[in-house]
Amino acid sequence: MAVMTYREALNLALREEMHRDPRVFVIGEEVGLYEGAYKVTQGLLKEFGPQRVVDTPIAESGFTGVGIGAAMVGLRPVVEMMTFNFALLALDQIVNSAAKMYYMSGGQFNVPIVIRGPGGPAAQLAAQHSQSMETYFYHVPGLKVVRPTTPMDAKGLLKSSIRDDNPVIFIESETLYNVKGDVPEDPEFVIPLGKAIVRREGTDVTVIAYMGMMYRAMEAAEELEKEGISVELVDPRTLRPMDTETIIGSVRKTHRVVVVEAGAGFAGMGSEIAASVTEQAFDDLDAPVERVTGANAPMPYARNLEKLKTPSKDKILAAVRRVCNANGS
Amino acid sequence: MAKTLTRNATSGGLGVDVGAAKQLLTDMLLIRRFEEKAAEGYALGKIGGFLHLYIGEEAVAVGTTSMLRADDFAISAYREHGHCLAKGSDPKRVMAELYGRRDGLSKGKGGSMHLFDRSTNFLGGHAIVGAHLPIAVGVGFAIKYQGGDQVIVCYFGDGAVPEGEFHESMNLAALWKLPVIFLCENNRYAMGTSVERALAQTEIWKFGQTYGIPAERVDGMDVLAIREVLGRAVTRARQQKTPSLIEADTYRFRGHSMRDPAGAVYRTKEEVEREKLRDPIVLFRDRVIAVGLLSEADVRAIEKDVNDRIDEAVAFADASPEPPGEWLFTDIYKEA
Repeated sequence: MAVMTYREALNLALREEMHRDPRVFVIGEEVGLYEGAYKVTQGLLKEFGPQRVVDTPIAESGFTGVGIGAAMVGLRPVVEMMTFNFALLALDQIVNSAAKMYYMSGGQFNVPIVIRGPGGPAAQLAAQHSQSMETYFYHVPGLKVVRPTTPMDAKGLLKSSIRDDNPVIFIESETLYNVKGDVPEDPEFVIPLGKAIVRREGTDVTVIAYMGMMYRAMEAAEELEKEGISVELVDPRTLRPMDTETIIGSVRKTHRVVVVEAGAGFAGMGSEIAASVTEQAFDDLDAPVERVTGANAPMPYARNLEKLKTPSKDKILAAVRRVCNANGS
Repeated sequence: MAKTLTRNATSGGLGVDVGAAKQLLTDMLLIRRFEEKAAEGYALGKIGGFLHLYIGEEAVAVGTTSMLRADDFAISAYREHGHCLAKGSDPKRVMAELYGRRDGLSKGKGGSMHLFDRSTNFLGGHAIVGAHLPIAVGVGFAIKYQGGDQVIVCYFGDGAVPEGEFHESMNLAALWKLPVIFLCENNRYAMGTSVERALAQTEIWKFGQTYGIPAERVDGMDVLAIREVLGRAVTRARQQKTPSLIEADTYRFRGHSMRDPAGAVYRTKEEVEREKLRDPIVLFRDRVIAVGLLSEADVRAIEKDVNDRIDEAVAFADASPEPPGEWLFTDIYKEA
């Protein structure tokens, strides 16, 4: 076990997988000479050379398609989106080509590609550079979608994503790159996709959150503990496939659910989880499922408005108190 | 760097022997007959959805593929039956795919627009205009990465040229020196929009100059001229990892799809009749007979053989069962 930043954990995962498998290469804008806009690929060009650390011009659809084509004939590309906001320029390649190739070829051509980069709310980057993009992808059969919250998850899940035989959307966060945590150094340490984790055991209410919202929910949980409310925190880690088994298991124990997500709530992850919980554990619920979501507005630039847009700790506290005061039990 | 070829570019002899002449004629006729039977199948309700026929353009796929090795790759858009058949797919399995049956190349899940065949290195049938061009560049990238000497031919229509992905792909292939042959089948209409109404630069091959790619224009109705041009492009790609842009001047005799049977709104009947005089199969047949490579009897034997094979393909497709219901959920994710 070593203490390292989320960024270093990602970098280590890339290096280990590139050493392990010569088919793995990294491609994207500024990944080589510049060492990554967020320095996730630092040192890779020097270590692996320009054939495996490929700088591209600004052509998201083009270089994503290059990754897909290379994956179809035997390589394992890791495509970096400088930020996931730019992935919309490659949305057709991701949705219509990567996700569906295996199906529409009747199982002849799978696409083992990882598309990774930062996404989600950042700091005063305004409407086009500060948004939760996972909703655009987890709707699509054929894609897997990963959102790693901790440095350990960043490493273990990226390694699993690279080894996966399917297209994986791997969305990091600018706000988490400097977060430090324990990370196993064993190069065979991986975290399987599709497995949630209970980050904190509790008995009164299940709070489901990931990425920055998990850290905020953790603070809220500690505060609520003092009020005598025991919060169980569940981090899905992989949004597709979703580990509903772990979520439902927790709900059966606590009977109350709050879902926290940074993105706008309409048709968001909270909607999906609320539907699953209602379908599978309705009789276990003592209160309606609460959603604490980003406001249904584009991300504003002004600091005060930006704060209003993103779910606050106070909103999480209020939602938990509401479900715990409901008269279901 | 670029030159314009006219029909009959091969002077003197035709540059092919009896065996090659038979093969070229057989392959073109096979596609023609396949497409005619597909149209019948559509009329009978055996084939649904969109059906885009390649009739009139057969010389491009056949001439091109005749210059490739079996381990070379090809990728195409949604008018791809001809490219897939030329690359060597079994007509039975292609027809079964059009019929949506379990013995189809893609188990009936792809249909007319999504033919794939791993056994022939045919990488699909892609139905979002322009989207497969970057994929072709990725295959070229992989060939170079793996130290191979294969090439990939990427077929697309004039309709893909205004798309950003055409330009991104040309730039990337030129920048990274990849063995990609961009083959534009200019049939003059993107659905109902003529090249003149879609492109500020209607001489598509000239975009090659912009990206520093060797570019040639060729008569797409002349299978021998196509062979000559592709021969050069394949050599450049295989030996020097140099991409090419080839513009084949061709024409589709049918409408855009079966829902546009006549193609009558955006082009005149006179134009279609005039273009049919350039029928690549008739032209080639007449030439090989005229120079004595094949006899009338040879041609009749080829026609009979092709008709039999396509009849077999139709019978096979018709007899193939529908895919079982549980296949709805297979081939979504590949399990480790």
